[in-house]
Amino acid sequence: MNIAVLGAGAVGTAVADLAGDYGHTVTALADSSSAVVDADGIDVADALAAKRADEPLGDATPDDALEAAYDVLVEATPTTLGDAQPGFGHVARALERDRHVVLANKGPVAERFGEVRELEAESAGTVRFEATVGGAMPVLSTIEDFDSDQITAVRGVLNGTANFILTRMGAEGLGYEHVLAEAQDLGVAEADPTFDVDGTDAALKCVIVANVLADDREYTLEDAEVQGIEDIPGSALELATEDARTIRLIGEVTPAGEVRVGPRLVPEHGTLAVTGTENIVQLETEHAGRLNVSGRGAGGPETATAVLADVGRLPEL
Amino acid sequence: MSDSTDEVRAYTVRLELVDEPGELLRALEPIANNGGNLLSIFHERGNVTPRGHIPVEVDLEATPERFDVVVDALREAGINVIQAGAHHYSESLTIVLTGHIVNTDLSNTLSRIQESTDANVTDLSLSAPEGTDDVSSARLRLATEEGQAAATLATVRDIADEKDLRVIEPLMGGEVA
Repeated sequence: MNIAVLGAGAVGTAVADLAGDYGHTVTALADSSSAVVDADGIDVADALAAKRADEPLGDATPDDALEAAYDVLVEATPTTLGDAQPGFGHVARALERDRHVVLANKGPVAERFGEVRELEAESAGTVRFEATVGGAMPVLSTIEDFDSDQITAVRGVLNGTANFILTRMGAEGLGYEHVLAEAQDLGVAEADPTFDVDGTDAALKCVIVANVLADDREYTLEDAEVQGIEDIPGSALELATEDARTIRLIGEVTPAGEVRVGPRLVPEHGTLAVTGTENIVQLETEHAGRLNVSGRGAGGPETATAVLADVGRLPEL
Repeated sequence: MSDSTDEVRAYTVRLELVDEPGELLRALEPIANNGGNLLSIFHERGNVTPRGHIPVEVDLEATPERFDVVVDALREAGINVIQAGAHHYSESLTIVLTGHIVNTDLSNTLSRIQESTDANVTDLSLSAPEGTDDVSSARLRLATEEGQAAATLATVRDIADEKDLRVIEPLMGGEVA
């Protein structure tokens, strides 16, 4: 397939880099200010070298990339809340052109799911968004395979940064600020880790899962009850550990359809107490008990594999 | 949970005693003599019912069969049993509270949890490494009636909100923490 990639951050560049391995051709790559477009396939190595050197990707504009020749638009611009722009506009434009869309950007399916589905219904194109939940882990495709009616609840650890911080606080008895600074030094936490530690990122993922599971309603971030981990003192982890428990930032879609994210006590050596940046999702099924999916929930190449798996699931246009 | 009738459960019995010497001991004997294991006795001296009796709340453990025998024995001994077996403390719930726990009157927090829910606080651990004037944490174990855990947690959250404390809840539904 011919792929246009919007967004040249960690995920977008990794998609462009790996697309050839999956047998696809990248016909456009854009960041927020420039783009490179070629219907016969761009020179990905050149474009990525330009990006690393902080130079323009090419002579074209991001709008040119949106209007270029492609079968699939990969939307990998940063997630925005509220109106989810400009990501939502990109999705709308590709669908108007009867093209497929694969999202790594959570905004459109977390904040405007119903509109995305309506636009998709009027288009020959299909929208897929495996990469928006749990990075490399096949969460949404597992739900799809099982049939969403067969899944009664979903819970898990959906943010590696928060999990790394809680793991270190529990293991070393260190305070939150100390461990956050360490995580930033290691590149585990971003310079602005707000959405990771205040629960927003995990909540967006849960909202997307809730949208996939729900038949009769649409969820947005507003519908989620969200608590972060910023004000958890080391003493809380110490008391939890004394009692063979630990604290993890857990996101849930409950059987009643509530979306909740917050620090929870879990058994210290239980399935959900994954350590470091690892993520895990537990699916409760109607007839098959509990399924666990764990792995890397973030990272450029990891998330790009989920994007490219989605591209592989798309029908020919 | 097993359906076995041998399973020991916790019960609360509410009694009304005549205000006379020896009355409390007379009320406890049928419990101990019939295989009930006394957990706690809450003797509300000074609080008198409209009929001039003194209410006493007794927590005890027994198998369901033994418990019936205990209640019968109490009644045979002429003890006024107001409420028996309504409380089955069958679920244990562990939470951690964080914030200015000591400065917001921990004792008041605990008694309000007991008063406004059907739960009993059965264990408490406090950690205040920075001193009691700073942020500290407390781990509480609550015994609740079967099926009441969610309602208990909701009430605990309200009490904590009022005092600007954080509640770290157990994950419900998954592996029980």
